[in-house]
Amino acid sequence: MTTTPMRTPYRNVVVAAPVTVPYVRYSIRSAHWFLARTLAGLLDSAGLGKDEVDGLCVSSFTLFPDTAVGLTDHLGLSPRWLDHIPVGGACGVVALRRAARAVQAGDANVVACLAGDTNHVDTFRQTLGSFSQFARDAVYPYGSGGPNASFAFLTDHYMRQHGATREDFGKLCVQQRSNALGFPHALFKKPLTMAQYLNARPITKPLHLFDCVMPCAGGEGFLVMSRQRAQRLGLPHAQILSTIERHNAFPEDPIQTRGGWALDRDDLYALAGVGPEDMDFVQTYDDYPVINMMQLEDLGFCAKGEAPEFVRRHDFTWQGDFPLNVSGGQLSVGQAGMAGGYLGLVEAIRQLTDSALGHAVANARLALVSGFGMINFDRGLCSAAAVLGRANR
Amino acid sequence: MTAPLTKPKRKNPILRTRLPVLPPGTRSRVAQGVTAAAAEGRFALQTCGHCGVVQYPPREACRQCLSEDLHWREQDGRGELLALTELHHSNDLFFRERLPWRLGLVKLRSGPSLVAHLHGDVAGPGKVRLSARLDRAGQAVIIAFPEEETAHMVDDKQLRQMTCDPKFRRALVTDGKTEVGQAMVRALIDAEASLVWVGHAEPWKKFPGFEELQALPQVTLVALDLTDPRSVRETAASIGGRVDILVNTAEVHRTHGISSRYGTDVARLEMDVNYFGLLRLAQEFGPAMRGRGADGQNHAVAWVNLLSVFALSNFPGHGTFSASKAAAWSLSQCLRAEMAEAGIRVLNAFPGPIDDEWNQQLPPPKIAPERLARAIVNALKDGVEDLYPGDVAQEWRARWRDNPKVLERELTG
Repeated sequence: MTTTPMRTPYRNVVVAAPVTVPYVRYSIRSAHWFLARTLAGLLDSAGLGKDEVDGLCVSSFTLFPDTAVGLTDHLGLSPRWLDHIPVGGACGVVALRRAARAVQAGDANVVACLAGDTNHVDTFRQTLGSFSQFARDAVYPYGSGGPNASFAFLTDHYMRQHGATREDFGKLCVQQRSNALGFPHALFKKPLTMAQYLNARPITKPLHLFDCVMPCAGGEGFLVMSRQRAQRLGLPHAQILSTIERHNAFPEDPIQTRGGWALDRDDLYALAGVGPEDMDFVQTYDDYPVINMMQLEDLGFCAKGEAPEFVRRHDFTWQGDFPLNVSGGQLSVGQAGMAGGYLGLVEAIRQLTDSALGHAVANARLALVSGFGMINFDRGLCSAAAVLGRANR
Repeated sequence: MTAPLTKPKRKNPILRTRLPVLPPGTRSRVAQGVTAAAAEGRFALQTCGHCGVVQYPPREACRQCLSEDLHWREQDGRGELLALTELHHSNDLFFRERLPWRLGLVKLRSGPSLVAHLHGDVAGPGKVRLSARLDRAGQAVIIAFPEEETAHMVDDKQLRQMTCDPKFRRALVTDGKTEVGQAMVRALIDAEASLVWVGHAEPWKKFPGFEELQALPQVTLVALDLTDPRSVRETAASIGGRVDILVNTAEVHRTHGISSRYGTDVARLEMDVNYFGLLRLAQEFGPAMRGRGADGQNHAVAWVNLLSVFALSNFPGHGTFSASKAAAWSLSQCLRAEMAEAGIRVLNAFPGPIDDEWNQQLPPPKIAPERLARAIVNALKDGVEDLYPGDVAQEWRARWRDNPKVLERELTG
């Protein structure tokens, strides 16, 4: 663990206007369409005009050849602050902390944070082959399994090291599915039984069908602004208590067993002034269930290697003793590219502002949101986490 | 344990013919360094000249000290398999046709972790030996072998996608009258080739050893004169659609420079066989072989050219021969590019002087025809594409790689 000097709290910066552009398996639209719908949704829910948004933060895999700056032209925006954050599953938290500091410093008044991607029939395959130089040189030529193969290694290793079973991963998938059944935007709308999970066809052993997220198209967004502005606009909002990010942590580990959270979690909780035991619900990045377990360990909910036992002991449904991914997570909602890095955060804002579209966690006051992204070669490089709280909690 | 390969049945014409597709072949320029070493059968990774850290994946700066002083160093390949998976789904056509497919994540003792294809005899986590092989796209990939040799390990399903093993395959040796040609036929039969067509340009002439060769049950003689377009065309029309491995042993070798033989008749004959002969063969046999680049267990797999180290830098005493081999070498690179589309390996053998009638006046060491033939068969089994067999060839190659201009001075001095 590192000890860093106490950072400046986010105090008067808040996050508001959680927006989801409904997911579809395939779309003939481009990423620009999903990002435009997301922005329109944000303006609509906040009652703001385009010219009142003076900061823009964008994450997208399929926006190419454009970047955030191209999007300003496309959408007719003239922001005085702009960021483009290509960190995959960590992009939601990373966008939040960038935007919060911009607002706090007065570089922007209202930052619209957008993530969105399209998914044409062949998009996923094309993305895999050109994901990174290392992936193209040293992973894709090996069976071209994409992230399934990379996470199969991590899952296989974790199962051998810590005795996790398929039933343990299955419990997470099954309970997240029951959370998703209340969420209107989830692409998976039928209950999942343990038998269905266990009998699913193998994809990349030990991963089977329901361990893998479904690529889809969609958008997610939120606004970052000062508390005073949110109050003036009459916008329900949540507080930012703390955030962390880390990239390429523990490069000497021969295989990934931990993420950057293990390095920075003390800093996370110290700034928040609360601990893991205080969380009312948790939104992990769940592209594969093994990563849920890694986050539960590295974020201090249990010790390294104890997540399987932790999973056996707890109920992860919205009404359980440890609500996890209460809208169903990517495993049940779908993975809309970079929007997958926003999904948990956007849902946390909803829960903390009493605007859940599906199941609501009772008395939700504190939430932990975590992100994980970018398998550049053999491991996820980016990790991030945020503690959010109900306003006036 | 790997199940030994069984001799394939006759092709069922009702079943679909698998068409050639390639595994992903795009690599960054720096990653081609792995391929350059694997092309000669070596497993090399970048090592930092400043701090000694071994790098993977290949990169432009040391991951430890940022030095740009990275050198390709041969690795012993010893490592430990940390995790494995078996793919039942792939986004790529080549693998989709060949599922399930096993992969491992291996930590090399020398440092980095690598994703690797997994030999079937590697059961689970533990010690393995990594090696680099060329895949069907002609690009280097890493494969993890069991630490100890196992029975029939060359017959492994995944490994066979990286090799050109003659076992149960049908080969054409374009000229069976030379000592190298005859040794080649025997080496292919020793490697369990099921059928070897042996070309002979002048069927009315009897050469020593030819009758013994003809008596071998695997051998079928075919008339083939590389200087005659019609002969090449007719033979290709007859057997081209069945040749899995083509070994072009035909060559004309005379020992002349420029001034020791007035006129161009001998040089022209050398070019006609050594260069134009290759071109004629490639035009007639190339398309048929390309069509069968994935056709069943014994698909068309390799094309072997008998070149010479004299192709790298002219050996003045054999000046016109050197020039014809340099021309053939250049053409073979074009052939390699065209055959690559079907996943067919072009193996260039660059021997030093062969211990045959045309090198009578050269001092030893000279490579024996039998040794050359064995080296070519081993190169097919290992799937390499550039072979420098024997001590002389190895030394020439080392001198040439060290400094081609210095080699030229040494040869002309």
